[in-house]
Amino acid sequence: MDFFLSRYRNITVLLIAIVGQLLLIAYQVKSNKDVPLIRVWAVTAVTPVEQVLEVVRAHTWGFVEDYFVLLGVKNENEKLKHENGELKMENQYLKTELSTADRAQALSVFQAHSQSKTVAARIIGNGTGSNSKVVFVDRGSASGIESGMAVVTPDGIVGKVVDAYPTASLVMLITDPTFAAGVVSQKNHVRGTLKGQGHSECLIDYVQNEEPVDSGEMFFTSGDDRIFPRGFPVGRASAVRNGKTFKEIYVTPSGMQGGPEEVLIVLQGVHQEIPDGEVASPGYKILQPPADENGTKVGDLPAALVTDADRLKQQYKEAGQAQNHTFGEGIPGSKPPDFTKIPGIRAAAPAASSAKPASGAPAIPALPSADPNRPPTAPPTAAPGPANMPAPKPAAPKAPQTADAPKPKPRPTAPILVTDPTDADPDAAPPPAGARPAAPTQSSPPPATQKPAAARPQPPSNP
Amino acid sequence: MTEYSERLLDKPVRKESPSALRFGWLIVIPLLAVLSQVYVPRFLSFLSYLELPLLITVYFALNRRSPVQAVFYGMSIGLVQDSLSNQPIGMFGIVKTLVGYFAASVSMRFDVENPVVTFILSFFFYFFHQFFYWVLARALLGEALSFDAQQTLVFGLLNAAVALPLFRVLDKLKVAA
Repeated sequence: MDFFLSRYRNITVLLIAIVGQLLLIAYQVKSNKDVPLIRVWAVTAVTPVEQVLEVVRAHTWGFVEDYFVLLGVKNENEKLKHENGELKMENQYLKTELSTADRAQALSVFQAHSQSKTVAARIIGNGTGSNSKVVFVDRGSASGIESGMAVVTPDGIVGKVVDAYPTASLVMLITDPTFAAGVVSQKNHVRGTLKGQGHSECLIDYVQNEEPVDSGEMFFTSGDDRIFPRGFPVGRASAVRNGKTFKEIYVTPSGMQGGPEEVLIVLQGVHQEIPDGEVASPGYKILQPPADENGTKVGDLPAALVTDADRLKQQYKEAGQAQNHTFGEGIPGSKPPDFTKIPGIRAAAPAASSAKPASGAPAIPALPSADPNRPPTAPPTAAPGPANMPAPKPAAPKAPQTADAPKPKPRPTAPILVTDPTDADPDAAPPPAGARPAAPTQSSPPPATQKPAAARPQPPSNP
Repeated sequence: MTEYSERLLDKPVRKESPSALRFGWLIVIPLLAVLSQVYVPRFLSFLSYLELPLLITVYFALNRRSPVQAVFYGMSIGLVQDSLSNQPIGMFGIVKTLVGYFAASVSMRFDVENPVVTFILSFFFYFFHQFFYWVLARALLGEALSFDAQQTLVFGLLNAAVALPLFRVLDKLKVAA
């Protein structure tokens, strides 16, 4: 036995070791159990060292690794900055494109709904000079542009064409110190002359101190200047104060907000009504005025300033309805209504006759009514003067003044259009055949084309 | 038989090693080898082919030239490896037991200080280790492992290449007996 062990000691030890491990494996496989003691020893021996190594690595190799990571981050940061810049540029470009598309759409909608014939143009450059208030647009005489045409946007007026070249036109902005246009306030219908001041605000001149103008009141073009059709927004009064003779009314032009890029040039202007209600900002919808307890809308109530003509018209209308007669529908030769049955006609006649001027002025004053749906009448002297001159006041026309009738006429609450003088006052003497109204501005061209339908309202009481 | 081969076979036949590792190194070095095998590939995955516990077993067996010591040394290292694996304990133990025994047996016939011999033995024992482990896994555990001989040969060459400088470094730790 000793001989065997000494001679085959190595192979015996090997076999014992191998068999022992084979039995260990067989036991684990057979019983599906582990040998936890050996594993615990091994794990207990290895893992503390592993933890120490991990701590050392984190503070040494991890630091070096972070350094290289930071180098990569620096390069990546520069790359991302560059990419971010490109994206910002692209974003700005797309925003500009979108804004341009919105403006173009607004112009298109306005152009489609406006009665005036317009042509769209794009502002392509400014005039020379640091204080230049003129711009070039990309439409010229080849597109039908002529000097003196109005330039507007859906938000308001922008300026007027001062020179038309074949491919471009020079537009004077309303902020130019030499610019002038006739305007009228929305609420009180006070007329004045808009003047540019060379900065962002404009001045409305020639408004008497006694005339009521509220701060924040909207102004519209009056059409007196024969440049801008009546009814285009001008701006909102930002400051109103009394001056020596005239009020100092500063207006923030609504058409110049944000710097217009696309404009409309009015080829053929059509006068429009000035809205009675509050004008909302573009893009906002405002509600109808609320009804009172009787169900009557506030907007339907008669205005405070109701004239004798309004009352007389209402009487005629009611008398016609009582006799089944509608004014304006009778053919020549048909039976007229019995005017003797109108209740107040006899009572009004003495007052009217007492107020009748010696020159044969009509008993029924042709003053505008407050009814916005009725075509307004205008005095024959409402023809515009020069734009840089005081606008003709509807309350103080060149109507004949009589000694026995010193009572001032009430202020008109409806717009007064520039019309043929023969339309408003049939008793007034017609102007001479060759008479022409004065030029609206010192550089204004011949009057803009006006449609008679809009500029010549028919007398409402013509049976 | 050439003169070189005669020298390889005859000259290094020695009963005792002129020097040996300290006992502490005998514990620390295999522990570090096992540790490096489980820790380094986490961050340097391309070093996962390194079988440092095997190389340590081969080195110890070639230097101690004692099959019995090599058997226990290889078995211990193998069992530690098994303990840190998810397989039954004894698989690496059996393989490394055999490697230690055969390496110690061969060391008495060759000049193991010759780099060429060291390279060839390292390569051979790596291939033997991988192949025998594959046999055991299929025979004892019934695992359908695949054996990529070409990859194993390449990895054997790489491990042999690593073994040369590693053995030189470990030689520096030896002290005179």
